Amino acid sequence: MFGDYSLGDLGSIFAMQGFAGLILFSVYVLMALGLAIIFGQMGVINMAHGEFMILGAYMTWLCSEFFAAYLPSLFGIYFFVAMALAFVASGSLGMLVEWALIKRLYKRPLDTLLATWGLSLILQQAYRSIFGPREVGVNLPDWMLGSLQVTDSIEVPINGLLVMALTILITIAVYLLIFRSRWGQQVRAVVQNRVMAGAVGIDTEKVDRLTFGLGCGIAGIAGSAFTMIGSTGPTSGQLYIVDTFLVVVFGGAASLFGTIASAFTISQTQSTLEFFLSGSMAKVITLLAVVAILMLRPQGLFTLKVRR
Amino acid sequence: MKLAFLSRRDVLFLAVLAFLLLVVFPFALDGFRLNLVGKYLTYAFAALGLVLCWGYGGILSLGQGVFFALGGYGMAMYLKLEASSVENTKIQSTPGIPDFMDWNQITELPYFWQPFHSFPLTLILILVVPALFAFVIGAAMFKRRVSGVYFAIITQAIAAIMTILIIGQQGYTGGVNGITDLRTLHGWDIRTDSAKFILYFVNAVLLLGVILIAMFVRDSKLGRILVAMRDKEDRVRFSGYSVANFQIFVFCLAGVFAAIGGAMFTLQVGFMSPSLTGIVPSIEMVIYTAVGGRFSLFGAVYGTLAVSFARTSLSESFPQLWLLGLGALFIATVLFFPNGLAGIWRDYVQPTVDRVLKLRGKPSDPAWEAGKSSTAPAE
Amino acid sequence: MAGNDDGTHSRLRRRLLMGMAAVPLSGLLPRIALADAPATAAINTTGLAVTDTDVTVGILHSVTGTMAISETGSVQAEKLAISQINDAGGVLGRKINFIQEDGASDWPTFAEKAKKLLVNDKCAAVFGCWTSASRKAVLPVFEQYNGMLYYPTFYEGLEQSKNVIYTGQEATQQILAGLDWVTKEKGAKTFYLLGSDYIWPRTSNKIARKHIENHMTGTSVVGEDYFPLGHTQFNSVINKIKLKKPDVIYAIIVGGSNVAFYKQLKAAGIDMSKQTLMTISVTEDEIDGIGGDNIAGAYACMKYFQSLDNPNNKEFVPAFKKMWGEKTVIGDVTQAAYLGPWLWKLTVEKAGSFDVDKIAAASPGIEFTKAPEGYVKIHENHHLWSKTRVGLAQKDGQFKVVYESPELIEPNPFPKGYQ
Repeated sequence: MFGDYSLGDLGSIFAMQGFAGLILFSVYVLMALGLAIIFGQMGVINMAHGEFMILGAYMTWLCSEFFAAYLPSLFGIYFFVAMALAFVASGSLGMLVEWALIKRLYKRPLDTLLATWGLSLILQQAYRSIFGPREVGVNLPDWMLGSLQVTDSIEVPINGLLVMALTILITIAVYLLIFRSRWGQQVRAVVQNRVMAGAVGIDTEKVDRLTFGLGCGIAGIAGSAFTMIGSTGPTSGQLYIVDTFLVVVFGGAASLFGTIASAFTISQTQSTLEFFLSGSMAKVITLLAVVAILMLRPQGLFTLKVRR
Repeated sequence: MKLAFLSRRDVLFLAVLAFLLLVVFPFALDGFRLNLVGKYLTYAFAALGLVLCWGYGGILSLGQGVFFALGGYGMAMYLKLEASSVENTKIQSTPGIPDFMDWNQITELPYFWQPFHSFPLTLILILVVPALFAFVIGAAMFKRRVSGVYFAIITQAIAAIMTILIIGQQGYTGGVNGITDLRTLHGWDIRTDSAKFILYFVNAVLLLGVILIAMFVRDSKLGRILVAMRDKEDRVRFSGYSVANFQIFVFCLAGVFAAIGGAMFTLQVGFMSPSLTGIVPSIEMVIYTAVGGRFSLFGAVYGTLAVSFARTSLSESFPQLWLLGLGALFIATVLFFPNGLAGIWRDYVQPTVDRVLKLRGKPSDPAWEAGKSSTAPAE
Repeated sequence: MAGNDDGTHSRLRRRLLMGMAAVPLSGLLPRIALADAPATAAINTTGLAVTDTDVTVGILHSVTGTMAISETGSVQAEKLAISQINDAGGVLGRKINFIQEDGASDWPTFAEKAKKLLVNDKCAAVFGCWTSASRKAVLPVFEQYNGMLYYPTFYEGLEQSKNVIYTGQEATQQILAGLDWVTKEKGAKTFYLLGSDYIWPRTSNKIARKHIENHMTGTSVVGEDYFPLGHTQFNSVINKIKLKKPDVIYAIIVGGSNVAFYKQLKAAGIDMSKQTLMTISVTEDEIDGIGGDNIAGAYACMKYFQSLDNPNNKEFVPAFKKMWGEKTVIGDVTQAAYLGPWLWKLTVEKAGSFDVDKIAAASPGIEFTKAPEGYVKIHENHHLWSKTRVGLAQKDGQFKVVYESPELIEPNPFPKGYQ
């Protein structure tokens, strides 16, 4: 298996493979973080999560077109504007959906699955009608393309670095928001005991709406970031949804730390396997391993010991 | 045989459905539409399984497409082997094996295809393989008390894996094209109009049979335990019942129902492909059940027919609108009619019918009452 | 949806009428007087939807679902061809109406709709399908009910039917000449084969591998990898490629994966001016989504590029843009789809009948001199003779043609020595 490569090559393999795994890890964390908040903290299964992501991607595309047409001098920094816009757009749509749909279904988690699946169909068709059935090509500023030459044989893609940086930033922000802010305290209180939280004066409805909006907003940022590495089309969101749910469930739904740990495990497994096997088999084996482990340990890797 | 478990109302419903399927449709519809209805009805098998497993048992499976495919592929493998006789395939480099294997440089029939030379064995495998598979999944998960949302997501992942696997192993499965160009069943050409007509009736009768089995399960002690489990799992467990065994049983039963549907699908449509395995078809099966009313066996059949008809006619006239309509239908069903068509029937139509007919069957089955008071499945 | 896009463009009409004069129709139709249309009973003996004034055909593509991305162009091309034919006087004096059905990217739906078009609507011909899976699903329907399908996509071969005219290339037509060219021109010795995991890329790569290993000298395959449809993470395989250092990356990746693959390739610092990449799955349509910047410098093997410099294409491209908008691009399959209605019209007029049996029999030898790709001719095996061209992707999303096979290449759906 290693026979074809020289020792120096092997070093580079491991370095670059490690890095490829880290990029995949960042992608998984970005996808799963929003879902982990919505699913883990609220118990809502949001099948339209992928469509919220794609909304962010479309916002980025609109932004790039706008800057290219009207503010070409600022094109280099449009991506940051786009990301903020993606967050606001997906977040607002999320809050609207929570208000119109989700809040009626908190007692029926399985039904949220059906309703949000319906929502995802509607959003897909809406994207198709508005933006056309074809994928749109998002142009990136030049500085975001290309790679850094670390050594002769090791190169690091810049967009990968950006995705990783963004992941770290957002993870820290979410951590601070949930575990260090007053609002986060309220969220956790509502998760642990909704009735008591209401009794001590927390506006649970508002907390719910903001939590859902936050989850969707992060999905929007993720979608925006994925324009760097993936495709943007009406049905692109569907590509991510199964992986995302598995990451969240594998990590233990109620635990944000678990989500990150599980994203790390799954991404490293998959990217290592991909190197030695064909992409399809690597995917199947990874998914099978995750399902098998979940069958043995259904509560996931990490769980909060909360009596419900 | 005295069907003691049937109430008068059930008998009436069954008679109406039988009349509709066996008399009205064959006379009112041309061959093409009848074949379409036959195809829709194959999904109803899966929807019936979901009524038992989801409506009564509270177990939402998002992987029914897997069982549908297991049944469908079983039948397709038999038909394909029959169609790949040595003289039909003599232009291949290895005659006597399915054409897609030949294209993939496979020179010998794989061992797991061998049993499908025999028709009786095929029929047995169509029922046993899905049951076994459901048993393995069920045993692994229910024994560890996995339920609700987790079960749903894991079954969905299984559906995804199955699709990737079938597509990836195209030498053995026909890949993304599926198993196509099926011709005869035991020498009988299934492509002719008369064969399609006969298959429609076989399908309809099987469906009625499956409904009877489902009613028997529903009205037996098992059905009552299922409902009890769904609503208060712990209490049933403390009463000394093995909750997991009941769950495994009903999950296997639902799997077998779906597999029968899959086998009938292959016979009537003439091919089987991985596009019926994955996440989307599996969720659609749940939708049929939800639209029909998840606590109603007859609702499942009518729900399947209604959604499928709507899909075909809407997509013929307004293809762009179809997805919007389907999405809205989901949301409306969940928000406003959680008991689906059956709920509308019971709340608005049934009282009138009762008054007119002065029917007094069983007052109402307990599952329904439980479902009506709170639509929350066990969590 | 029955009906016709009769927003007739008068200028277009005039130009096309002039163009039509160049088609040697009279030569093809010895027995038929062009002035007065022949009686319906004589030219339609099997009960197809043909009246004294009209003939109905079907269009069967996905306008919803994942394949809508790819199939939109084909629908547009077919509608354009039909409206041009109508403007030029129709087929045997009959105006073409079409019924459009949506396959919804779902193969059983394709079979269902195909049956509807043939059995209920009695369509004289159907233009449609895109993926192999949809064609495989409808093929038994067309054979059973004796319909005629014009299938536009380049595909893996291994098929031949009386009831299908394949207007795209089968695999050897698309692959072999390109490989020969890249070996000769770039001195390529080693190839890395990539593909999405389904039948077309696998079969195509198989043919490519046989050609590289057995039919060329000194060349070898150093790697081969497949990814599930919709896969979006290619960093691992890019690392593999970097280590194997192949002379040519031979990529047959489709759909959304395509976009991810080329973006990540570019980000990984693979410079296509130094690393040769050849693909048979990227047309102008796909570049729209990938972004010209990301793929500039790659070579694509096709039979048609929008930038082709010939008189036919110079009429076709503006006509297409006039009907569907300035921003639309035209890829290989779109052009092949455009051929369908025209070839059918020519065949009907040669056969002097709409009967499917007669059309199937009359098809071999039909020549279309006004094809945007130049000149095409139907082979005995119902595929087209066509040229192979290699295009170099430009930043603006167009291809610069760098090679064109000197002769038309014979279609060979069951290639000996490549199975």
